[in-house]
Amino acid sequence: MTQVAEKTTPFVTALERRPQGGPRWLEDLRARGAARFTALGIPTVREEEWRFTNAAPLGALDFTLAEPVSGAAEHLTEFPYTDAEVRLVVVNGRFDSTLSRTKGLPARVQAGSLATAMSEHADVVQRYFGQLADFTNRPFAALNTAFVQDGAFLSVPDGVVVDTPIHIIFVSGADAARVMAHPRTLIVAGSGSQLRVIESYVGVQGLTYFTNAVSEVFVGENAVVDHYKVQQESIDAFHVASLHAHTARSSTFSSHSFSLGGKFVRNDAFAILDGEGGDCTMNGLYLADRARLIDNHTTIDHAKAHCGSHEVYKGILGGTARAVFNGKIIVRQDAQKTDAKQTNRALLLTDGATINTKPQLEIFADDVKCTHGAAIGQLDEDAIFYLRARGLTYAEARDMMIHAFAGEILERVQIEPLRQALEVELYEQLARDLAEVDGV
Amino acid sequence: MLDIKNLQVKVEGNEILKGIDLHVNAGEVHAIMGPNGSGKSTLARALAGHPAYQVTDGQVLYEGKDLLAMDPDERAREGLFMAFQYPVEIAGVNNAYFLKAAVNAKRKHQGLPELDAMEFMTLVQERAKLLDIDKSMLNRAVNEGFSGGEKKRNEIFQMALLEPKLAILDETDSGLDIDALKLVANGVNAMRAPERGFIVVTHYQRLLNYIVPDYVHVLSGGRILKSGGKELALELEARGYGWIEAA
Repeated sequence: MTQVAEKTTPFVTALERRPQGGPRWLEDLRARGAARFTALGIPTVREEEWRFTNAAPLGALDFTLAEPVSGAAEHLTEFPYTDAEVRLVVVNGRFDSTLSRTKGLPARVQAGSLATAMSEHADVVQRYFGQLADFTNRPFAALNTAFVQDGAFLSVPDGVVVDTPIHIIFVSGADAARVMAHPRTLIVAGSGSQLRVIESYVGVQGLTYFTNAVSEVFVGENAVVDHYKVQQESIDAFHVASLHAHTARSSTFSSHSFSLGGKFVRNDAFAILDGEGGDCTMNGLYLADRARLIDNHTTIDHAKAHCGSHEVYKGILGGTARAVFNGKIIVRQDAQKTDAKQTNRALLLTDGATINTKPQLEIFADDVKCTHGAAIGQLDEDAIFYLRARGLTYAEARDMMIHAFAGEILERVQIEPLRQALEVELYEQLARDLAEVDGV
Repeated sequence: MLDIKNLQVKVEGNEILKGIDLHVNAGEVHAIMGPNGSGKSTLARALAGHPAYQVTDGQVLYEGKDLLAMDPDERAREGLFMAFQYPVEIAGVNNAYFLKAAVNAKRKHQGLPELDAMEFMTLVQERAKLLDIDKSMLNRAVNEGFSGGEKKRNEIFQMALLEPKLAILDETDSGLDIDALKLVANGVNAMRAPERGFIVVTHYQRLLNYIVPDYVHVLSGGRILKSGGKELALELEARGYGWIEAA
């Protein structure tokens, strides 16, 4: 008992001061989240889902719940694609209407504060909220649920095509250090609708804070949702987030995750293909240097027949950075004719960088096609020599190959200004990492 | 242009070349022949500067400069070119992008202005005809998914773009059908010039019907055992290597 109390003390204290108010169902949900987190505590490496990621340092820090702050605007311009035409800005977990702009969206598209939506669109929120983000065995989802207050809400009616990408920007720790925020996102795309959405998580460099986000995305029948996540927190920040997507019949969901910042990063992405003929893409690119940690856990759950999933995750690690990739593919008994493909590759630029990678296939149907492959290693020396034999310097050859490696994920970004901004950011960061490798 | 004296090379601790002497003048084509494992490819790779090939003794002067003191990329920028026996597939690197970078790396070194995209494409179109290189080969990743023949043609195409002073062809003919062989040979012959030297490493005499050498050297056991004119290749074809090794 003492042990449990010790490791969860900071959050347990904060839990006592968790947000109150709102509709009854929300009060109940928070209470259940708090109770569940108290029972689970911060996960230890003895738990399978956290085997390679030691969350103890997170539990040892005394984070206080972030207060709303002003002054976030001045930092926004530092980050990719923050000049988006339509943007929703959430500062320290609270929706900021002055920084947000939603002009230009088609009529009847709801885009704004989740807290506001809880009263103004209570029917939609109550119907979908929390339906995917199960926290029975997931302590951080439980913690987020205990603190649910605000975040972003997006609802696209049936048949509506939203041409303009919607950028949701979560800014953390804009004024003070050692704060935590538990932002929440709910996205509901009606049948036959189409939506491109970006969730960016950014923070002021040098600050230590904790972002614990949960996002739920419902993709209606025959709808198309492209979801991008850009994680560019302070390199001293803790970032734990889960994305939960549900696809209905003949719908298409794609997730593109870019993890560039953070000191301790855990991304969970879940997609349940719950209607026949659905299609899911899950791509990821992560970059870590120094002693940073990036852990990506993905789960693609083929629940119905005739669905396809395509997953490519790539990482580039320098310094003594560590990465974890765990890619689970579940094919349920009814999910005949499933076509699932998973690829996981990582480049280790230094001897000190490490990755633990694990594909996990759980197949209960017999007429399916599932492939997976992992490749971890240094740059191919034969390829480097080939490029050098044509006159490129070692550094030019190496950069060309690293850019090609990252390019495979970058080029799939369908929002051109976002792709360009990400490319600039990524290559700048790589140049810094490589200068360090070269000892410049 | 190339003066090799007593070159000795080790690969993974094994002594492969045991003292090679070879002199190549501009405008000459030298064929290096020999049985499997004789060290032909080792010679080519050592000259190109492959890091796995360790020079333990000897000297190589290239245009009066110490070739062995140069990095592989420096050798390339100075005009040395090796067509790989096994061209490397490089995922994600666009072939045209790579070729442009290579051409411009050399131009920069020569103090020439870099080619822009338009100028480069003009050059590419002109040289591509020679080797029947189609557009799709340019837009794919370097050598990725290329057939054996396409890879070898791509090597000679690179040579045509880079216009080296000294070209070393490492078994460029192996695995080619007769049509591809003729294409490759035509590409090489079109490049023959008084200011350019060639070293053609081959296992088979067949290539030398199309690329007629000025000199033929027989390499065996890490040494050049016999040198002669183009007729030596025909004699090797008729009699094999045994009579030289026995002598």
